[in-house]
This record gives sequence, structure tokens and C-alpha cells, in this order.
Amino acid sequence: MIGTIINYIVYLFLVIGVFFTLLGGVGILRFPDVYTRLHAGTKCTTFGSIFLILSIVILGLKTWHLGDTDGSVLAIHSIIALIAILLTNPTGAHAIARAAHRSGVMPIDAVVDRLKEKNDKNQDRKKTEVDTLEDE
Amino acid sequence: MLAFVITTLICFITYLSLTTGSGDVVGLWSIEELLFGLILSLIAGFISHATFFKNDTRMLNPVRWIIFLVYLIGPFFIALAKANFDVAYRVFTGKINPGIVKISPDLKTDLGVTMLANSITLTPGTLTVDVDEESKDMYIHWINVDKNMLNKKTLDCSYVCGEFSDWIRRIAE
Repeated sequence: MIGTIINYIVYLFLVIGVFFTLLGGVGILRFPDVYTRLHAGTKCTTFGSIFLILSIVILGLKTWHLGDTDGSVLAIHSIIALIAILLTNPTGAHAIARAAHRSGVMPIDAVVDRLKEKNDKNQDRKKTEVDTLEDE
Repeated sequence: MLAFVITTLICFITYLSLTTGSGDVVGLWSIEELLFGLILSLIAGFISHATFFKNDTRMLNPVRWIIFLVYLIGPFFIALAKANFDVAYRVFTGKINPGIVKISPDLKTDLGVTMLANSITLTPGTLTVDVDEESKDMYIHWINVDKNMLNKKTLDCSYVCGEFSDWIRRIAE
């Protein structure tokens, strides 16, 4: 009885996970530029992975509870994979966004861009410094 | 010495959690795995303790880890769920109003800045683009910029990341 309920919980988590991962894919196709695509690509895949991995963990714990220690391998390895995803997914997105901005890809339809303003200011300052050096 | 012991211990725990189900000690490990894991962690701890542990004993306090877990399960997970419905809404309607804004969260340690940047990336409508190394200011891509905030140079942290900076300060500083 309880085994069936646990199976249905696992199915539910799988459905939620697949839905949000799919949503991330649709978002990557629908959004106009790299930054908004990263929004879809990081948040949805992280949330989807959490539920996919939770379903595996529950299944592993169930197997473990039934007396098979292979279930513990499944559960613990999946949790470690989840920690790795939680750490690296936003970090990777940050690295891509930073690299994109540095190589001159500006957000489309942006209403405000403080980073560009700051970089322009720095460039102006450097230019004036170079000019004064040349004058001297 | 403390650095060596802690690094070895963390290595050993990681090794043990990756090798469950191999034998009968406590029902989970075989004696060979325990011994070999201990030898490997001693070697790894000896090699890497200087880079892994930099005279900073703040994170050894278990209270910080408990707060961290509470933060992960409570406010962080709720914000992550909200973020996903927000992205779903924008995927289907196509309503976006993007821009890059600047916030200064006033955190001092690298760990705190990293955690806040990752939290911001995973929460509604925001993505960390760049961090100023000296002043720790963050430049954040906001998918739906509030029109009233346009005239301010530096935004208050609470508009973008809510209570997160307070939580991070409790955990990492």
C-alpha cells in the first residue's frame, strides 16, 4: 500500500521535473537575447533537476528500506549530484553572462544598463590619462 | 595542523558517502574501503590543506550550517519556485522589460558574495552579470525593471533580492 503511494509520489515528481525542464527549453527558443535566455536556462533546469533528483532519492530510499544497500548508493550519489548542480548551474550562467557583456553583446531593448555606463566611464578616464601622458 | 585534520575529515566523509553498500561494517562499508579511504584522505589532506583551509574558522560553527539548511529549504526554495512560475509566465506571454541595475549588498567575504550571487541568479527575474572585485557591488540583469527605479544610481538590495542579504550575512559573516 505504502509502496504504491511512494510510487505515485515519484511519478508526480518526475512529471513536475520534466515540465519545468521542458519550459526551460521553450524559454530558450522564445526569448530574444542571451541574458533573458539564461534566465530560462538556469532557473528552470535547476528547479527541474531538483524534482527529478528528488524522485530518484525517494526511489533509492525505498529500495534501501526494503533491505537492498544498492538503494543507498542511488540516493546518496543523487544528493551529491544535486549539490553539484546547485553550485555550478548559477556559477556557469554568471560566467556566460559576464563573458557576453565583456565581448560587447548588449541586452536587447534594455531600459537601463549600469554596467555599460560604468565601463564607458572607466574607458573615458583611461583615455584622458593616456592623453595627459602623451601631452607630457 | 587543524587545517590538515579538517581537510582529511571532509575527504574521508565524502569518500565514505560515495562508497556505501560495499560491506558489513555498520551495515554499509567493507573494512577494505574504510582503510583505503583513510589512506587516500590522509594523502589528499596532506597535499591540499593549504589551499582548502585559509585560517578562517567561522564556517566551523555548526549553527551557521543549520541556518544555511533552514535558508535553503525555506526562503530559497520558495523564491526558486516563484522564479519558475515567473519565467513560465514570461515565456508564454513574452512580456519582458529588461535592464542591468547595480546594487551594493555590503558583504565583505568572498563566500558571502558568491552565495548571494548564486541566490540572486536562481531567484525571480534576476541574473548576476558582474561583480566589482573591490567594492563588491553587483551588476544584475533584471528581466522586468521597475520604472520608478530608473532614476536611482544604486538600488537598495531589498528591491532585487529581498531578505537574502540578511540571511547570507547571518550565515557567512
